[in-house]
Amino acid sequence: MLIFEKSLNGRTNPSQAPSEDSVIDDIPQHLLRADEPQLPSVSELQAVRHYTRLSQKNFSIDTNFYPLGSCTMKYNPRACNKYAMLPGFLNRHPYSSERTGQGFLACMYELQQMLLDITGMRAVSLCPLAGAQGEFTGVAMIKAYHQSRGDAERSEILVPDAAHGTNPATATMCGFKVKEIPTDENGDVDVGILRQVVGPNTAGLMLTNPSTLGVFERHILEVEEIVHTAGGLLYYDGANLNAIMGKVKPGDMGFDVIHMNLHKTFSTPHGGGGPGAGPVGVNERLRPFLPIPYVIETSGEYRWAKEDDCPRSIGRLSANMGNAGVLIRAYIYARLLGREGMRRVAEFATLNANYMMRKLQERGVDMAFPGRRATHEFIVTLKKLKDKQGVSAMDVAKRLLDKGHHAPTVYFPLLVPECFLIEPTETESRQELDSFISAFAEILQETETDPDLVRHAPHSTPVRRLDEVRAARELDLAWRDESN
Amino acid sequence: MSEIPSELRYTKSHEWVRSMEDGHLEIGISDHAQEMLGDMVYVELPEVGATVNTGDDCAVVESVKAASDVYAPISGEIVEVNSMLSEAPETINSDPYGEGWLFRLQPVDDNEVDELLDAEGYSEVVEAEN
Amino acid sequence: MPFIPHTKQEIEEMLAVVGVASIDELFSEIPAELVSEQLTHVPAGMTEMEVARLMTARSQQDGNYINFIGGGVYEHHIPAAVWELTTRGEFYTAYTPYQAEASQGTLQLVYEFQSMMTSLMTMDVSNASLYEGASALAEAVLAAVRVKKGINTVLMPRTVNPVYRKAVNSIVKNQNIELIEIPFSIENGATDAAAIQNYSDRQVAAVVVPQPNYFGVLEDVDTLTDQAHEIGALVIGVVNPTAMALLKPPGQWGKEGADIAVGEGQPLGIPLSSGGPYMGFMCCKQKYVRQIPGRIVGRTRDEQGDTGFTLTLQAREQHIRRSKATSNICTNQGLMVVAATLYLALLGPQGLRRVAERCHHNTNTLAQKLCATEGVHRCFNQPFFHEAVIRLDRPVADVLSAIEAQGINGGIDLSPDYPELGNALLTCATETRTIDEIESYATHLERILSR
Repeated sequence: MLIFEKSLNGRTNPSQAPSEDSVIDDIPQHLLRADEPQLPSVSELQAVRHYTRLSQKNFSIDTNFYPLGSCTMKYNPRACNKYAMLPGFLNRHPYSSERTGQGFLACMYELQQMLLDITGMRAVSLCPLAGAQGEFTGVAMIKAYHQSRGDAERSEILVPDAAHGTNPATATMCGFKVKEIPTDENGDVDVGILRQVVGPNTAGLMLTNPSTLGVFERHILEVEEIVHTAGGLLYYDGANLNAIMGKVKPGDMGFDVIHMNLHKTFSTPHGGGGPGAGPVGVNERLRPFLPIPYVIETSGEYRWAKEDDCPRSIGRLSANMGNAGVLIRAYIYARLLGREGMRRVAEFATLNANYMMRKLQERGVDMAFPGRRATHEFIVTLKKLKDKQGVSAMDVAKRLLDKGHHAPTVYFPLLVPECFLIEPTETESRQELDSFISAFAEILQETETDPDLVRHAPHSTPVRRLDEVRAARELDLAWRDESN
Repeated sequence: MSEIPSELRYTKSHEWVRSMEDGHLEIGISDHAQEMLGDMVYVELPEVGATVNTGDDCAVVESVKAASDVYAPISGEIVEVNSMLSEAPETINSDPYGEGWLFRLQPVDDNEVDELLDAEGYSEVVEAEN
Repeated sequence: MPFIPHTKQEIEEMLAVVGVASIDELFSEIPAELVSEQLTHVPAGMTEMEVARLMTARSQQDGNYINFIGGGVYEHHIPAAVWELTTRGEFYTAYTPYQAEASQGTLQLVYEFQSMMTSLMTMDVSNASLYEGASALAEAVLAAVRVKKGINTVLMPRTVNPVYRKAVNSIVKNQNIELIEIPFSIENGATDAAAIQNYSDRQVAAVVVPQPNYFGVLEDVDTLTDQAHEIGALVIGVVNPTAMALLKPPGQWGKEGADIAVGEGQPLGIPLSSGGPYMGFMCCKQKYVRQIPGRIVGRTRDEQGDTGFTLTLQAREQHIRRSKATSNICTNQGLMVVAATLYLALLGPQGLRRVAERCHHNTNTLAQKLCATEGVHRCFNQPFFHEAVIRLDRPVADVLSAIEAQGINGGIDLSPDYPELGNALLTCATETRTIDEIESYATHLERILSR
C-alpha cells in the first residue's frame, strides 16, 4: 500500500508546521499556486509505521551478507554515523566563514593528507560527489592538461573491454572518443594490442587495478610505459582500492590521476543508492587542474583554495565543497582504522575472497580465471549450469535471496558468460562465508532435483520475480489520484 | 537457429534491407538481433525527410537489457517510418522481417545494395558470434 | 580497529584451505617492487572512545551561530522522525536496488518520492534524484541539448546562483556547449525577458528560468517561458522545492509549462552539514523521459500478479549503454531521498505551505527591521520570496565579520559576484528564526553601522 492510499484530506500534523499565521499578501496572485500538491496527509504515527515497514522489505548489510562484487559492502561502523551527526557539523552552513569552520576544515585537511599517503599521489581534492563524478573530474583534468600544452590532437580515451560502464560514459561526457582494449585469456590487458592502438591521438588510458575481473593487472608497469611513451596519461579507477589499500600505492604504479570511492573503501553507507564521495588525487603535472575548492593550510589556519588560488583549475563540480557528511564519516573511519588497520583491510578482504573461491571450487563451481589468485573478489561462471539445466546465473542469484543472502553482482563483467562477481569484504566472519557456500551448494543440488524451484525463485521475498518488460512498456512512474 | 530469409540483404551490424517495387528500401533488424536484445520496450525512429549516410545511427531499439543503435545500411532519404512500433514495439520480436520493419528510404545510389551481405554471408556473421 | 572478526585459529585454517603459508603469499601476483612500506601520514588507529572525544572537540570548535545565510541552502526544522528512520540500517546500509525483490522498501519509497516531486512540480516524470542542485542543472542542460540535436547554445540568466553557473560551465564545456548570459534589470533584480527575443534568429536549445532567482526576486515565469518557447527553446526551471507549495510550479508556467524542472532538494529535511550530502531533483514532461539521466523506479507486477517496484528504463544508463549513455551518473542520493520523502509525508501539503509562508513572512520582517537603520535599503522593489538583497553604505565583508563576532551569520556578500549592485548583502530568515533573533540582528547591525 502506498502512503497516498493512507492519506485523508484534512488530516494535518500540526506539531510539524509553524504555528503562527503568516502574511504573504505582497506576492502577486499570478505568481501563486492555485492547486494543492498531492502530498500525503497522514499522521506522524502513520508515516513512521509506513516507512519502518518499508525498510523491513530491504536486504541490507546490517541484516544480510551482501557479497556484491565491485561494491565493497563492508560493515558501516555506527561510530562513523554517530559522530558525523554531531550538531556542530550538521548545523554549519556551507557559506559561513572559514573562521567558523576550523574544526570541520581540520578534519577535511587531515583526510586529504591521509588519502595522499594511501594513493601515493601529490595533491587531493575532495569535491567529487561520487565515483562517476570523480572519473569525470579525472578525465576533464587529462583534457585540460593536453590543451594547456597545445596538444589538441589527443581525442581518444582507451578503456579495457572489462571496464565499468562509467569509464566509457565518462570519456564521452568529456568529449573524447572511446577505444576499447581487449583482455587476454588470463584476465590481463592485451599488451600487444595496446601497443598497436596507442599513438598521437591517445589522451589517456583508464584502468581499474585490481581489474574488474578480480585479478591484479600483472603487466601494469609495461602498460604504464606504453601509454606514457605515447604521450598519454594514466587514470586509476579506484573502485577496487579495498584490495590493495596500504599495500600498493597507485602512484607507485605510475598513475597520473586517481579517484577513490569512499562509499566502498572507506565504509561510508551506500544508503540504497547514495550518497557517495569520489575524491581525486593527482601527481605533480596535474596539480594545477584540480577541481575547487580544496583545503589548504597556512600557519595552522585552514581555508579553501578557490578560483584566485587555482587559475588553471577545471573549476567547480557542484554548488559546494563535496559531500561533507560523507567525508566526515570517511575521516572517522580512517582514524578508527589507523595505518595498521588499513593494511589489514586489504589483507583480510583478500583472504576471505580466496577462501570462498577455493571452497566453491571444491563444490564443483567453475571459476572464470581458475589459474589466478583472487584479489578481494573473484568471478564464478555458471555457463555449464545454463547449458545443462537451463538455469541461469540470475536464477541462482534470486534463489540466494530465499536463503537469506544478498546475491553477488550478476552479469558483470560482460565478458564472462553467466557470471557472478563475488566480494565478501574483510568484515565478514568465516561462519558467514561458510553459510553462503553451503547455500550455494544447496542451490546447485536443487538445480538437479527441482530446477523449477530455482527458475522461479525467489519465493520468500516480499514480491516474486518482477515483470521488467511490463515496467518499461507501460511506464508507471508516479502515483496519481484517480478519484479526482 | 534464427531465421535468415534468402531474398533480403544484410549488414554486419544486423540490419536487413528489402528492395521494394517502388524503388524504396525497407529496413529492419534481423531475427538474430531481436533474439539477442530480448523483449523490445521502445523504438526511436528517424524523421521522415531526413537524409542519412551509410553507417549513421538513425534509430534506436530498446529492450529491458539493452538499447542498441540501428545504422543506415545505405545512404538515402527517409521516406516512411513504421509509426505503429511506438505503440507495439514487441512487433519487432514477433515479426522482425514483416510488420516489424523500422523505416523506408530512397537510396542515393541503387547499386550500393549489391555491396551488402547476402543471406549466406550474414549467416556466417551470426555463426561467428555464437 | 579494522572491524575484522577473524581469530588466529581461523586465519590459520583459512590459509590452509587456500593452500598458502601466509597472507603475504596471497599477494604474490603483485610485482614485488610495487609493494609499499608502512603508511606515514596516517596516524595509528584509535578506539571509539578516543574518536568520540576527538570529534566532539572538533564539532564544538565551530561554535553555534544564528544563521541568516541562504543562497540556495536553507536551515529548516527537520522533524525528529526523519533522521531516526533514515538512519535505520535497512535504509542506511542497503545498496542500489538492482535486486528488486530484495529492495522493495527502497524501491517503493523512491516511487513515492517520484510521485511527490511530480506533483509538487506538476510535471509528468521525476527521476530518483541526482547529486545536488548545480550538477542537476548541468544534467538538465545536457538533456536539453540531446533533445535539440545539434543545437549547442543555452541561455543562462545572470540571476541564477553564481556557483550553479560556474559548476554547469565546468561540466558541460567539454561537450562544446555554449552558455550565454542573460542580463537582469538593475532596478528590480529580475531577468530581462526582452533579452530572450534577441536570440530569436539564433538556435537556442534551452532557456534556464530560476524561481525564485538567486536574489529571492520572483521572476515573471509565464512571460519567460512563453518567450523561450516562441524561439523554439526548451525551458529548464530551477526552483526551490519549499517555495513550490506556495508559488506557481514549473509545469504551470506560461501556456505550455516548463519542459524540465530541477533544483536543490536540501530544504526537504536535509541538514546544512557544510554543503552536503544534499540531493538534486529532476522532473520532466513525459516525452523527454528517455533523455533525462539517473535512476527511475516504475511500478509493475510480479510473477503472481502482485504489485511491485523495480528500476526501469535502465537501458539509458551507463552500465548498459556505456559510451552512449545519457550520463555517466550511477548514484542517486538514496539516503537523502529517504529523508526528503519522510519530510514531505510528515509535513503534508498544508504543513509545507505553512513552512513556505513562514519563511517569506520572516524574511519580510527581517528586511524591514534591517532597513530601519539609516543607510540600509532594499536593493530591489519587486515581489520576492524567502531571500532579500539589502544595500549597505559600506563594504559588506567588514560588516559580516563584525556581525559574526556577535554569534550571527548575517548572509552572503554579493559584491564579488555582482559588483554592479554595490555593497549588496543577500540575507534570509527561515521559519526557524525567532523574532528575538531577527531583532538582535537588526540591533547589532544598527550599532555596527553607527560606528
